This record gives sequence, structure tokens and C-alpha cells, in this order.
Amino acid sequence: MSDTTTRRAAETSNRQQGHPSGDDRFELVDKHMKRGRYAQDQLIETLHVAQDVFGHLSEDVLIYVAKALRLPPSMVYGVATFYELFTFDPPGDHSCTVCTGTACFVKGADAIVQGVSTKYEVAAGQTSEDRSLTLKTARCLGSCGLAPVVVFDGVVLSHQSVESALALVAGAVGGGS
Amino acid sequence: MAAPIDLHEVAEREREARFRTRWRVKACASTACMSAGAGATLAALQEACEDEDLALEVQVIPTGCMGLCSAGPLVKVLRRGGDTHMYQKVTPEAGIEIVHSHVDNEQDVPAYKLDEDIPFFTSQQRVVLANGGVIDPDRIESYVAHGGYLALEKALTTMKPKQVVDEMRLSGIRGRGGAGYPVASKWSLLAAADDETKYVVANGDEGDPGAYMDRTIMEDDPHRLLEGVSIAAYATGATEAYIYVRAEYPRAIERLDRAIRVARRNRLLGRNILDTKFSLNIEVRIGAGAFVCGEETALMASIEGRRGTPRLRPPYPTEAGLWGHPTMINNVETLANVAPIINNGGEWFASIGTDKSTGTKVFALAGDITNTGLIEVPMGTSLRRIVDDIGGGVPGGKAFKAAQTGGPSGGCIPARFLDTPVDYESLRELGSIMGSGGLIIMDDGVSMPDVAKYFMEFSMGESCGKCVPCRAGTVQMHNLLQRIVDGHGTRQDLRDLEHLCTVVRDASLCGLGQAAPNPVLSTLTYFRDEYEQLIGVEVSHG
Repeated sequence: MSDTTTRRAAETSNRQQGHPSGDDRFELVDKHMKRGRYAQDQLIETLHVAQDVFGHLSEDVLIYVAKALRLPPSMVYGVATFYELFTFDPPGDHSCTVCTGTACFVKGADAIVQGVSTKYEVAAGQTSEDRSLTLKTARCLGSCGLAPVVVFDGVVLSHQSVESALALVAGAVGGGS
Repeated sequence: MAAPIDLHEVAEREREARFRTRWRVKACASTACMSAGAGATLAALQEACEDEDLALEVQVIPTGCMGLCSAGPLVKVLRRGGDTHMYQKVTPEAGIEIVHSHVDNEQDVPAYKLDEDIPFFTSQQRVVLANGGVIDPDRIESYVAHGGYLALEKALTTMKPKQVVDEMRLSGIRGRGGAGYPVASKWSLLAAADDETKYVVANGDEGDPGAYMDRTIMEDDPHRLLEGVSIAAYATGATEAYIYVRAEYPRAIERLDRAIRVARRNRLLGRNILDTKFSLNIEVRIGAGAFVCGEETALMASIEGRRGTPRLRPPYPTEAGLWGHPTMINNVETLANVAPIINNGGEWFASIGTDKSTGTKVFALAGDITNTGLIEVPMGTSLRRIVDDIGGGVPGGKAFKAAQTGGPSGGCIPARFLDTPVDYESLRELGSIMGSGGLIIMDDGVSMPDVAKYFMEFSMGESCGKCVPCRAGTVQMHNLLQRIVDGHGTRQDLRDLEHLCTVVRDASLCGLGQAAPNPVLSTLTYFRDEYEQLIGVEVSHG
């Protein structure tokens, strides 16, 4: 049939199974790659799975994926760093994502980012020093009718303000410095 | 191999089931309503209607987007063979009250009532979103009962591939991703390409901030997209297809994966679809947060598992695309139009809209406007009708200032052009673009240089870095805008900014860079006095 199929067929033998450390979370990554018959074009999906499993992509994980898919580590690193959603630091205990899409921007999302950033001394895209809070911005969550939108620990909150967002963070993380 | 689905029998059975109960309650479970608490409302309704007495009287159906997202959660109550009542801001308690009021007392509940005769609903024409608020996206039977997969059956059993392309040409449909390239031309290029392996790709990398029509289609009517992709593949001789979806849309990914599995089981995908000679596999591919991947060559690089950087065209994807094979990339909304075109004919489609821009367009209406949500209007509808009638005007006693279309690649249209018909050419003449359909309304409290800076920050952050004009140009333009917005700008800064706009527009490799200056250029054209004020130069009105 197609090239994809032949490429995959050639790539299925002699694969490493598991990580030398014995960490069984790698098995989940293995399972995914195996299902995709170790096709190299599955790299982005594999990195998604790895990040879901480990919470972030460490060097160790990147090298593991590179070996399994027989790709140069430089390429895996290049792909992982190209895409915004891959992260290389462990996330904080709580996450606060402020949507900065156009509708949210028009309705004052910038002030929310500024407010949280200043009070908790954490830049957007970073985790606070005590690792209690990761502050993120999103390009657009597509809930424009509810602008401005904040997602706190996975819960979408509509029509936010600086005050409501700060109260939200304070409720989970504490007062801030 | 299992027998293929009998579309007519399934549709018949489903329609009969519809009349099993006297009442049907349709609850919007689309993402926007979910964020407004629709999950709890739906759960409460379902639980209440599991009760013995109510179960005989009421069925609760989760549906896709009903459109008026700012009034969510939305719920519709339908009486068998009779009237429909729509309700807004339905909390779990309100939902139960509404159901009981209808079932026990034959009374509606005015407190939550949403009039369906308001212009928001009556001024729309729903083709792409026809199933929104109607079908249960997770059940193929529900889609089939509303005419689903009949277009695929018609194409496969009664039309030659070329006839399908001809029908598309007759419809006059142009790409809904923004640029407006005639769809049939793309299809015939792929059909003419000589290769055993050809690909069709659905572009669901909806990256424009403020646009969520593609997400809504993928989440709320996934089979419609699959049907469009299948017909496109049949017409062009493709054997494999991909749907490229942003990772930010996990629900769309889940729904599509599920829909693909169900379609395979029913022999609507896979080998010998509906017992014909036509075979097709569709695979979902996930992005990872890169706006540039909406550009077709970058998108293909990403599907191949590489960094999503664009390359020069030619060769065009229809000559050399995925893994070197001919490939055609269509936007999700474009493909969602295919089934209605095949069902009703190209002529029918061409009768909607204007001569050069046929059909309807879905817009995500947001910003400083009373009614925010997803709307679908015939091409050529005036901006004024959209803003004043459908949108209900600017709230809070403020004045309309500008409508932004096309996201970071588009521009801001001022009040004096509100009577412009929304079509590809008119918007381009005004220095904006149709774009994928984000429509953000701004009131007089919004500073236009701020808006320009906002979009430049976006383009700067999303520049892939491959070509210098875009990589360095967007940074320089952003610095200049920052200086101007901060009040430190000079006359020379403004000249440099305008000059850079032309350089970046003319010299960038792909659409991202070429279009990045648009928000600056359009705000400079229509709101120049705001820039002048910020740099302290006396405003000259002329």
C-alpha cells in the first residue's frame, strides 16, 4: 500500500523495552510507540504521551524517545523545543492559565496576567520559586463569549477580573508575597 | 467483514425513537456552555429524568452549540409534534423546574425564556452549523437521522469522481481558511496528479485568537467532517487522509477519534466503503501549539513529525506534499460544506451569498458586543447587520469603534465601513481579510495602537524563525510599537514602522510573516490620529 505502511513495517523489530531505571512509566510511552509501529512521524504524538505521563519532558525522556524511534537526539530536541505546549520543567502544585486571545485581551486579560505575576513573583510561562504556582498564558481557549477566561487547575472560569483571579489563587496557594 | 450500515433503516429507527416520549429536552453541551456550567445542568436533567414517571415522558439529549454562547447554558424543550421553547442561563435547579413545569402543568417558565424570534436567530442561515443544537454529536445514529452520510452514499453510488468535482465547481465555494482560493480548482489539481498515493488533509489548526468555528464543527458534528473528507478523497482519488487538530482542542480530538472508530465499524471508512470499490483511512494528527502550522507547508512538516516550519511554494502540495506525494489541504469549515453541496447541488449553494463569495460563513462573534457566540450568515451580509441586529450592538452605552477580522493576519474596520458586505473582496479592499472567521468587536475604550501591538506580540511569538524578515522584522516592529504605546515614540519611529511593514510583507517566506503587518497597516490607515497623539505630533485632519 502506501509508503507509510512500508516505512512502519521496516521499523518494528529490535526495540528497547523499558528504561534501565525500571521506572514503569516508560512502559506507557513504549506502548504508544509500539502501537504506532515505531513510525518516526509519530514523534509529536509520542512526546505528548510522554509529557502526559511524566508531567514534563526531561532530557532523559527525550533521549529515550530518540533511541526508540531511531531519530537523532538533536531532532527530537529540536521538535520538542519548537512547539509551545512541550515543557521541560516540572509544573508547580497549582496552575493558573490566563487566556490572552483577542476577546480576552479586549476585556482586560493583560491586567490579570500582570496582577498575578506581580503578586506571586512569577513570570508568565514560569513556576514560582516555592513551586506552588505555574502561571501560563494561552493564545485562545475559544471561549470568547466568556471573556476574560482563566483556567485554574483545569477548571474554566468566566468573566474574570484581577481581583477575582487573585482571590482564586490566594484560595489555593495562599497570600503570596 | 460486517455489512455496511443501512442508512435509511437507521434513520427511520432513530426518527421513530424521537416520538417515543412526549417531551424532548435538548441541552447544549458545547465547550462554551460547559464553561458556563452546562455539565451540571445536563447531569441534573439526566438524573431527574431517570425517575420512573419522567422517563416515560421526557428524553434528555446532549447537543452541540446552539450559538448564543453568552446566554449559556442553553436548553431547548420540544413537545412531540409541536412547539419549541428555548431557555437561557439554565442552572441545574432551573432545568428541573423547567422540565416539571412543562410536563406537569403544560406551562413554560418565562423567567428563563429566550425568544427565538430575536434577530440573533432569525438573521442567520445555518448550513454548516445546521446540526448544532439538534443532534447528539456522540451518536452516529443521530447524525444519520438528520441526513448524515447520504451525500457520501450519493457520491459513491451515483456519481463519478469528476462529477463530484464539477458539482463543487458549480457551487463556487472558496476556501474557508481565509485566503479564499476556489476549492474546486484545488480538488481538480489533486485529481489530475498522477501518483498511487495521494493525501487529503483537513486543516483543523485553528490558531487565530478569537476563532472557534472549526473546533465547534469538530466537536459538535464530527461525522459531518468525516463525510466531507471522504467525499473529497473519492473525488480526488486519495487513499489516505489526515485531520490535523490543535492539541489545545482535546475534546475535538476525542470526538473525532471516536467518530472514526464508529464510522469504520459501520463501513463508512476503511476498506470498500458501503460495499463500493472506494477505500479510505482517516487518521487524526495532533499539533503542539504552533500558530504557523496553520500554513499548509508547515502543517505537512508537522504531520511528518518534524518542526512545523514552512517552505517555499512551488512545488505546491498538490504536486509534492506529504512524504513527497500529492496532497490537498482544505480547511475544516470548507469540508463541512461538502455534504450539503452534494445533497442539494452546487446551484443551490451558489444561490446563497454573493456572485463571487457563495454560501455562508461562520463567525465567532466576541469582544465588546451584547450577544457573543457562533453565528452563520450568508456571504455578503453587511457588518452592520451582524453587529447591530445579530450582535445586539455594543453594550454599556459605549460606541462601536472597530471590527477586527482575520486575527493577527487581518485588520480593523472602522465604523464608517459598517455597511460593507462581508465577502472576500470587500474585506481585502478595506485592508483586512476574511480570515477563518474571528470577528472581534471593539468599543471606543480600546486603543488601536494597543491592538496593533497585541497582534504584533502574537506574530513575534509565533514566528517560526526560518526567514529573517519575519523573525527579526516582527521583533523590531513590536519594539517600535511598544515605544509608541509607552509615549516615547518619535516621528521617525512611525516612519520606520511603516517602512518595516512593507519589507516584512513583501519579503517574508510564508503567510504568517506576509500578513503580520496587516493589523498595523489597517490601524494606521483608519486610526492614524491615535498614533500621532501618542508621539505628540499635532493631529492633522485631512
